[in-house]
Amino acid sequence: MLKRIGIRAISEKTEVTIGEASFPAPFQPGLEFNSPAHGNWNIVHTGMLVPEAQQIYVCADNCMRGVVLTAAEMNAVERFSFVIVEEKDLLGGNLEDITIEGVTDVLNRLPKKPKAVLLFTVCLHHFLGSDLDRIYGELESRFPEIFFMRCFMDPIMQKTGPTPDQKLRRAMYDAVPEAEADPGCVTLLGSDFVLDADADIRRISEHNGFKLRETAACETWEEYQKLGEGSLIIDCYPAGKFGVQQQAERLGRPFLYLPGSFDYEEIQWQEEQLLEKLKELKGEITGPDIKKEIRFCEEALSHAKKIIGDTPIALDYLFHPRPLGLAKLLLTHGFKVESIYLDSISPEEKDVFFWLKENVPELKLISTIRPEMRVRTRCSENKILAIGQKAAWFTGSRNFVNMVQGGGLYGFDGIRRTAQLMIEAFEAEKDPEDLIVRKGWGCESCI
Amino acid sequence: MRQAYRIIPIYTADVSGVCSALYELGGMTVMHDPSGCNSTYNTHDEIRWYDQDSLIFISGLTDIDAIMGNDEKFLQDIEDATEELQPRFIALASSPIPFMNGTDFPGLARALTVGTGIPAFSVPTSGMHDYVYGAGLALAEIAKHFTGAGEEKNKGGSEHSIKTNDEKIPGSTGKSVKCVGIKSEMNRRKLNLLGVTPLDFGPQSIVDIMKKRLENQGWEIISTWAMGDTLETLAKAGEADVNLVVSSVGIPAANVLKGKFGTPFLVGTPVDGYVEKISDALAEMAEKVTGECRISEEIPDLWKVTPDQVIYISTESSQPDITVIGEPVTMGSLAAAIEYKYEKKVQLLCPLEITEGLLREGDQAIRGEESIEEGLKTAKIIIADPLYRPICPETARFYELPHIAFSGRIYLRKIKEMYAHNLIKTT
Repeated sequence: MLKRIGIRAISEKTEVTIGEASFPAPFQPGLEFNSPAHGNWNIVHTGMLVPEAQQIYVCADNCMRGVVLTAAEMNAVERFSFVIVEEKDLLGGNLEDITIEGVTDVLNRLPKKPKAVLLFTVCLHHFLGSDLDRIYGELESRFPEIFFMRCFMDPIMQKTGPTPDQKLRRAMYDAVPEAEADPGCVTLLGSDFVLDADADIRRISEHNGFKLRETAACETWEEYQKLGEGSLIIDCYPAGKFGVQQQAERLGRPFLYLPGSFDYEEIQWQEEQLLEKLKELKGEITGPDIKKEIRFCEEALSHAKKIIGDTPIALDYLFHPRPLGLAKLLLTHGFKVESIYLDSISPEEKDVFFWLKENVPELKLISTIRPEMRVRTRCSENKILAIGQKAAWFTGSRNFVNMVQGGGLYGFDGIRRTAQLMIEAFEAEKDPEDLIVRKGWGCESCI
Repeated sequence: MRQAYRIIPIYTADVSGVCSALYELGGMTVMHDPSGCNSTYNTHDEIRWYDQDSLIFISGLTDIDAIMGNDEKFLQDIEDATEELQPRFIALASSPIPFMNGTDFPGLARALTVGTGIPAFSVPTSGMHDYVYGAGLALAEIAKHFTGAGEEKNKGGSEHSIKTNDEKIPGSTGKSVKCVGIKSEMNRRKLNLLGVTPLDFGPQSIVDIMKKRLENQGWEIISTWAMGDTLETLAKAGEADVNLVVSSVGIPAANVLKGKFGTPFLVGTPVDGYVEKISDALAEMAEKVTGECRISEEIPDLWKVTPDQVIYISTESSQPDITVIGEPVTMGSLAAAIEYKYEKKVQLLCPLEITEGLLREGDQAIRGEESIEEGLKTAKIIIADPLYRPICPETARFYELPHIAFSGRIYLRKIKEMYAHNLIKTT
């Protein structure tokens, strides 16, 4: 029996200085460990953003278990149904029929027909060459009042193509119809969270009289369908770009990809892009005072530094899609960032990777999935400020920022909010065993 | 349609069952899977993941490797990990795609044994069976590979000893004879508990309650398969006078141990109010075999159970007053305990695959949400996991009995609270 708990110093397989790290894969691939930090959203959480829709999965027991209990833990079992694939269905070659009849049966037994069905087919459908057009065509003819979204839970393909998450963020907007553009409306798609109240995109849009429609804010099917009214479609979450860009083309709208950033220049450039597009829509508009925004950021960071001092900081990729960018911001403002937990480096962070490689070569990159991480030391004698759930678990820190995927952060406000979250985490301990194991940060959780 | 589920979840599957059964034994379990199996397992099926280390990983299988049959990467990655982690054994479990591809897992296990010098075995999962199947076969592998190696066994506190048949391979024709004169001087007979995982029993504290109940009846528990004991402890299982299968997960291991050491086994869970009955049956069994020659024998069927081995079995059938849903041994024992204590007729609805020989007269093996809903239509009192409630009739009284293999960790706090007072009472 292996007993508590991570007490071993592990070799270079799990850790490398950025000075020695290669881009974009700093670690050798191999068996994969999965830590107990589960705040990241999965396809079930994201799919639940479609109001009045039913998710139906068609897969084997072992794959089903994870998704059905995701729904149960977020108190949404009534919006989740499934069809179990058995060994005989593979050997009999009738997976299409099982899918069609199973989904039909589920829909006939629901107390009320949903407006839409997110139908998830899986790896088995691909490998057996299932005719998905036949499946959807038959279901659409049986239930013409229901919109069927073509979703996938096929992780076996994710290293050679789009991930199931990326494909979902395309399929879930198929139900948004083409509509006349509302010149006073901007739509934000692709994110799991609504933007913070003072996030730059929201401030800029609303200050100039634009209504901001967001996926995560939709409470009804009707509202969801109105997402297409936006005259401009924006995505600020990297996993959303693949699908949202295609949807913007389908809807005939200009598209802006404005990923959350911790770099003043990039934020300024992004906001100039946004202002230009808004100007095309409305004529005269006003933008933020960039110098003032930066000054406020500097003050927030300086304030945080005074409080946090030289306390070692560990951060992770789950907190925000730009972990290296955050590290650079903090390091250039005197914070003692010692390590970043990640397994690969986003192409969007290539420049900052090489900047850090040159300027802070001793910065440690630590894997989260290498098998040796299971038994790596997970405690420290000294206080560590962890930014992100994985950093919290791997360092054993109770002083951690509990947020995932960038939350509702954006722009200069996002930087100031991050500084504030760091102060709060530094000053008050939290219970990681209670918080980080909960699935889908921000969702209901009944555990 | 049997395979369509509107609102209730599904039981833990075979791959997670393997991981759960082997969790505490110091081995390394590798799920040959692209993604998801590990997260599913450690989030919903494994309550020890946060604070008790175990070497359980996925292979990260890709479409290209699956299509091209690139098993070499799988082997290389495992060998790479074993170098650093030095597990006691390597267990392989298959998810649906490698199963469908016909990946030769026994062959891969042999290659790993040769390549690493570490015992390796595979459990024939497909991701399409329930946990009982996977966990049961995993524990059987432990019984085959790691029990009785070169040790002298003492049974029943006797000063006599037996020689185990070290070279005996389960499944081969049994010729070895182990004769022991065993009349216990200490009057403390030895027992293994087989089929103990958190999926059916929850946290260790609940297992400790179960053990304490039997110890209070004069039993010495050699090993518990597989919670709270090491592989070394399990290796001594051959010392037991009798084995008790406390959930259907334990049946294959019981059959292997019977084949290997001739140890008889009974089936039943020592739930509150049913411990004496279990203990008496075990004592009778132990008494019966005392002094007999133990003959290791061929194992015809790992899942074989005969009615005379099942303590809670009953042949009386009548209109049930109470309906329970769940795993056949634990819930069958609970049903028997309720009948014994309250004189109410209890019917078990069992939605799991392995039921043969385990159900009482009137109990029902039942598969699929619709059938269960139909079976519950006339139920007056229901005892089941809370996630069954949406398909229960509103007129029925519903008593919540959370089952981790069904609702995962959702009611873990409640489970701990339910048993907290029991722990104090028992100890």
